[in-house]
Amino acid sequence: MTEHVVVVGGGMVAHRFVEALRARDTEGAYAVTVLAEEPRAPYDRVGLSAFFSGTAPEDLALGDPALWEDPLVALRLGDPATGLDRDARTVTTASGDAVGYDHLVLATGSYAWVPPLPGADLPGVFVYRTVEDVVALREWVQERAASLDRPVRGAVVGGGLLGLEAAGALTSLDVATTVVEFAPRLMALQVDEGGGQALRRIIEGLGVDVRTGAASEAVEPADDGTVGGLRLTGDDDPLPVDVVVVATGVRPRDELAAPAGLAVGPRGGVLVDEGCRTPDERVYAVGEVACIEGRCLGLVAPGYTMAEIAVDRLLGGDATFPGADLSTKLKLLGVDVASFGDAFATSPGALEIVHSDPVSGTYKKLVLSDDARVLLGGILVGDASSYASLRPMVGAELGDDPGLWLVPEGAGARPQTELPDAAQVCSCNGVSAGTIRASVVEDGCHDLPAVKACTRAGTSCGSCVPLVKKLMSVEMAKAGLTVSSAMCEHFAMARAELFNAVMVSGLRRWSEIVERFGTGRGCDICKPAVASILATLYNEHVLAEDRAALQDTNDRVMANMQKDGTYSVVPRVPGGEIRPEQLVLIGEVAQEFGLYTKITGGQRIDLFGARLEQLPAIWQRLVDGGLESGHAYGKALRTVKSCVGSSWCRYGVQDSVGMAVAMELRYRGLRSPHKLKLGVSGCARECAEARGKDVGLIATENGWNVYVGGNGGFTPRHAQLLVEDVDTESAVRIVDRYLMYYVRTADRLQRTAPWQEDHEGGLDRIREIVVDDALGIGADLDAQMARHVDSYEDEWAAVLRDPERLRQFSSFVNAPDTPDPTLAYVEERGQRRPATDEERAHGPVLIAPATLEVRS
Amino acid sequence: MTSVASSQTTVVDVCAYDRLTPDLGAAALVGDVQVALFRLPDGSVHALGNVCPFSGAAVMSRGITGTRGEVPTVASPVYKQVFSLLDGRCLDPMGMEPRPGRGQDLPVYPVRVNDGRVAIELVDGE
Ligand code: SRM
Ligand SMILES: Cc1cc2nc3c(=O)[nH]c(=O)nc-3n(C[C@H](O)[C@H](O)[C@H](O)COP(=O)(O)OP(=O)(O)OC[C@H]3O[C@@H](n4cnc5c(N)ncnc54)[C@H](O)[C@@H]3O)c2cc1C
Ligand code: SF4
Ligand code: FES
Repeated sequence: MTEHVVVVGGGMVAHRFVEALRARDTEGAYAVTVLAEEPRAPYDRVGLSAFFSGTAPEDLALGDPALWEDPLVALRLGDPATGLDRDARTVTTASGDAVGYDHLVLATGSYAWVPPLPGADLPGVFVYRTVEDVVALREWVQERAASLDRPVRGAVVGGGLLGLEAAGALTSLDVATTVVEFAPRLMALQVDEGGGQALRRIIEGLGVDVRTGAASEAVEPADDGTVGGLRLTGDDDPLPVDVVVVATGVRPRDELAAPAGLAVGPRGGVLVDEGCRTPDERVYAVGEVACIEGRCLGLVAPGYTMAEIAVDRLLGGDATFPGADLSTKLKLLGVDVASFGDAFATSPGALEIVHSDPVSGTYKKLVLSDDARVLLGGILVGDASSYASLRPMVGAELGDDPGLWLVPEGAGARPQTELPDAAQVCSCNGVSAGTIRASVVEDGCHDLPAVKACTRAGTSCGSCVPLVKKLMSVEMAKAGLTVSSAMCEHFAMARAELFNAVMVSGLRRWSEIVERFGTGRGCDICKPAVASILATLYNEHVLAEDRAALQDTNDRVMANMQKDGTYSVVPRVPGGEIRPEQLVLIGEVAQEFGLYTKITGGQRIDLFGARLEQLPAIWQRLVDGGLESGHAYGKALRTVKSCVGSSWCRYGVQDSVGMAVAMELRYRGLRSPHKLKLGVSGCARECAEARGKDVGLIATENGWNVYVGGNGGFTPRHAQLLVEDVDTESAVRIVDRYLMYYVRTADRLQRTAPWQEDHEGGLDRIREIVVDDALGIGADLDAQMARHVDSYEDEWAAVLRDPERLRQFSSFVNAPDTPDPTLAYVEERGQRRPATDEERAHGPVLIAPATLEVRS
Repeated sequence: MTSVASSQTTVVDVCAYDRLTPDLGAAALVGDVQVALFRLPDGSVHALGNVCPFSGAAVMSRGITGTRGEVPTVASPVYKQVFSLLDGRCLDPMGMEPRPGRGQDLPVYPVRVNDGRVAIELVDGE
């Protein structure tokens, strides 16, 4: 017979309870009714602040909405429980219903506690707990902003987790915010003195005022009877404010318990045993309302654990509460704050190591056992990237030099330690390292989505995902499995394999290639990769045949998309050498079309703000004047940077400009896995920074030293010497082969530096192949490069000759020359740039592009 | 542009069907609304809002089409979020939040193809 479970409260823990019950009660032994006070289905309260960055309340809904359609589940919204009769086993609701139960689960959570503060009931004072709270707060601030002709000012009472969440919300609404905290530091529950100081520095740097050790005495009304000031003890004048958020803590909503004869804890909360049961075996309490092991727990993870325990008990299990893990990782105002384990070093003999860097604004502390080997806990402020790897190590040995765990990821060799199976990896869902390993080894989960689906690890806050992935990869490697190198869901091969497949098959059309080697209809990862492979192999136009639809927007319109959807135009300036009349032409075009002009870091000129439908006219002028595409948009050769060299410089030993121009003309248009940049310096002083380039030539008395694999960008690398003192002809041949070999074998978006590092045998092997022709493919590579050089054609000139392709450059199919009406600009330093949101909302200085005056 | 009014929706003629190239999006201006049109290889035409929720730029028509499982998709050309062409839902926010004041999904507009012409249905007030 089906028994009836009534859940009072429709919050996060209630949701988890129902979800778990329906997942595990496969027999359908229980029907469940949820009585919820709030007007909406359970939502992600932890993510409440996302409302202020544009997430709609509906998008905060938890889980699969189908749960509420389940015939064994009833959700009653907006009808709170008002009374409990344990003898009759009924709950009465505000609407007057009496709902009978066989089992009752109290999941009423907490309410935002407001201290007895005079004036706390004035209009303009808010708490921060529900969707309705944040909606009202935003409305108030927006209304104030509209009626005051100065920025809105606000105060948050309370500098804990919730106070900082609220401060973040106010800041995002452009409110000048002060956080008032009674304790001597922020987030006193989670971080220590040093952490609090670091946090304060960072938050003040974001423009939020922080007053610690300050007591709020009263909220004072303004003339209109709404909030006007916040009086702090000892201050002469109240803080002038237009809005106050009180975030001084939460209290359990245990009001149903005492009248029904259920005991509450000393500081509130329905008393339960380790099975989440009250002394009445038909009544459970879970989540923030439960007082378990003598206290209420204000975090969602222990609440979820309690929900699972209550389900287990209902189904005849004997699960017990494992003790609360109060570890948290939070992102407040964009600042990482994490604390875990024995963060305050209360264990006898505990040692602390601290790494504090005021410059980068980080504070990191590890708490260790008295022999400095076992990790007990820690605090991370400003950079919590190591949280995912450290938290599961609590209770485990950290190795000989635990301090290494505090250096930024990637900066030094972090000790490699195997996590014990029992270590908890995902605290949201209580998943251990052992469970993840088992899912890989026993259940055959061989990619991240499979492991997540099978173990639930990583499905809530996501902070454990990097670690889950690492555990999975290590386990797969042990089993001799390779972690999939599939490019995306449509192609199971890596780029280099696909390159060979396409080359050998001779196929030239996307539809044939995806049918033969892939599945589905492609995506923004594999389509541009195939386009790039075809371009390298056949050097046909980027828009040839069915290829336009494969290209990223940049290649598709042969210009670089900017943040407002307009484009930048970069003509090629080979080697950085430019004739005065070409400079004049570029200037004229910029004036004519009102384009923002800037010298790039690549020795050429970028013209910004061109609309899609203007590109052909702009290029017509440039092409007529002898300029051509600079491929700034392509994964292709970009620039060959030069220094002035022997023609003018008193130290130059070779003609570096001549060499750079020759190189740029030779390799222009070469499509590759990632962009390519070259540099040529006229002597060892290296003014062209050639060793920062994919290929760098540095002149010597006898010829050239050829360096390869240099990179700026995210992971800078100096290029390494490939060959020394070669003549110009040999230098060109070696560079031809090096580039062609890279283009054929590198992975998608892999630049030369990592390609070279990953290549079997490293640079030495590459040298054997491209200099000594160890594989005997030299002639093949030479021929392919020769074909490239011979078939080069300026792609813009080609498009301008083709009316069919020109049609793709209309702004709207039904209004081909109408400018995008959403564009807006402001003038700055005599040129224009896109208006910010702020300027769009208030600025009187908008320039609509259609009416932009051309300065003469 | 011709408009035919019905009780709650307006049908707006946009362009000839042949003007749309398979898999290559095109933008259309329908009153004040910017619409991104996609003709797929199976012949179907889909219409979504043209403004990318994550950048605020009116560029969705210039994204790459494809599939996720069985669902036809388009990726925003700015930060590469993937949207379903069927219902406008954002299938992968790429770890980003939409711009303030926007949800992460795109609106979809019913499309009619008749006599070689493509028309869009707008609910009045849009
Ligand atoms: C315009 C320019 C900045 C400037 O105003 O000076 C620029 C602008 C962009 N860079 Fe750059 N980079 C520019 C020189 C550089 C340099 C300096 C150089 O080339 O000497 C570097 C470091 C050197 C290097 O590449 O090794 C550089 C490293 C990057 C990176 C990092 C690549 C990496 O390996 O980590 C990216 C991101 C990427 O390509 O994925 C990038 C990406 C970009 C993009 C394409 C970002 C984007 O997708 O919108 C920008 C396009 C702007 C546009 O519309 O033109 N840009 N970028 C420079 C154009 C040079 C040119 O004439 O073509
Ligand atoms: C802004 C914010 C940020 C947070 N950030 C984090 C974080 O980063 N990490 C973390 O672990 N935790 C965080 N928390 C705390 C977390 O949200 C709570 O621990 C969690 O929501 C508790 O779940 P619960 O179901 O016990 O209570 P709740 O989610 O509060 O749900 C209780 C529900 O019961 C309803 N209710 C109460 N009484 C009745 C009644 N008599 N009848 C019917 N319904 C009733 C309430 O209206 C409410 O909807 C945050 C909280 C807030 C407000
Ligand atoms: S450094 Fe960053 S912001 Fe500057 S141009 Fe390059 S990509 Fe753009
Ligand atoms: S720790 Fe939050 S999802 Fe794993």
